[in-house]
Amino acid sequence: MSTTETTASGVGPVEGGSYNVDNPAPYIEAPRQRTKKTPKSTRGNFEMAAWLFMRLSGVVLVVLVIGHLLIQLVLDGGVSKIGFAFVAGRWASPWWQVWDLLMLWLAMLHGCNGLRTVINDYAERANTRLWLKGLLYTATVWTILLGTLVIFTFDPNIR
Amino acid sequence: MATPTMEKADAAPEPGFADSPYITVTFRVRRFNSEVSAEATWEDFQLEIDPKERVLDGLHKIKWDLDGTLTFRRSCAHGICGSDAMRINGKNRLACKTLIKDINPEKPITVEPIKGLTVLKDLVVDMEPFFQAYRDVMPFLVTKDTNEPTRERLQSAEDRARFDDTTKCILCAACTSSCPVFWNDGQYFGPAAIVNAHRFIFDSRDEAGEQRLEILNDKDGVWRCRTTFNCTDACPRGIEVTKAIAEVKRALITRRF
Repeated sequence: MSTTETTASGVGPVEGGSYNVDNPAPYIEAPRQRTKKTPKSTRGNFEMAAWLFMRLSGVVLVVLVIGHLLIQLVLDGGVSKIGFAFVAGRWASPWWQVWDLLMLWLAMLHGCNGLRTVINDYAERANTRLWLKGLLYTATVWTILLGTLVIFTFDPNIR
Repeated sequence: MATPTMEKADAAPEPGFADSPYITVTFRVRRFNSEVSAEATWEDFQLEIDPKERVLDGLHKIKWDLDGTLTFRRSCAHGICGSDAMRINGKNRLACKTLIKDINPEKPITVEPIKGLTVLKDLVVDMEPFFQAYRDVMPFLVTKDTNEPTRERLQSAEDRARFDDTTKCILCAACTSSCPVFWNDGQYFGPAAIVNAHRFIFDSRDEAGEQRLEILNDKDGVWRCRTTFNCTDACPRGIEVTKAIAEVKRALITRRF
């Protein structure tokens, strides 16, 4: 009896009331404790490569994307000049084909890796993680493949 | 000669009393007791305290005079042992190095346990995951020669200065428990472990730097750092934690390529 009185005065109103010295409430464990099931080593150079790729692709993308935006939206009449003929004219040159291809791949992989780290940091349950990453990778692969296909098989005489 | 002093004291006894350094401060403490409730609750304590005193003195006053059930860790109480890291007014600090006057005593001062670790009671958390990460980086000198050294291992002043900043760590966990990546899942090594790896990786006398870099090249190693600088802000010793992590990253890249 005396124990309940002292603890009750110490912590204020008792919620639930079913917990006591012999039956303490369970502790809220840290999100993922290191247990025996935790893999011993997840070392490898993938995370380092991913980290390095983010920095390098970021630098290249600044040039590619700002150049792209200038050409498409600002220079030489701005956005009103864009049409089928304009795109067809640009993709006739291998230079712009490579530019767009590089931009597509780098931007998609850069964004994909960025979102992967966001999911790793914010998804709390393993299942949520799995599904979000599955969705992300599917969307990325689909967009990259479709874009690459269009750049390589583009036919200006399509009717 | 002594008379003037006496006269002054006699003339104004009242102002001396009104100039009392004590002010009334509200401590809002996060309480948890698994033997009472599964929920943590806030509890307010009113204290008469000199604002030049520390938050730890306030907690002592509560524990000694108001409510002996309040539980918290402290050992040296002078910012060296690193026992009393807690979240004060939403920032990780040492209670023994935080003066009441510096954290706006007009408003209630909130005191919580550090985040990301299991709360055992009131302000006491289970530090085991933190120390596990610390042990994982092998925080001790490793040399290749197995014989007992016959003389001191000498080091130049420049070589010593290379890792001077990271020798200051007191393992209080203020940095690791301020890291949002660590909050999400306890798998990330955390700033403190990386700081202590840095201390040996850049020590010219140590010969296991490569091994430690390999450990930190883990999926949950240095590459999970998002450079939010929470750790640098939280460190009570003023260690440039994020810089140390960046130096380990750079060492990994330059030594691999």
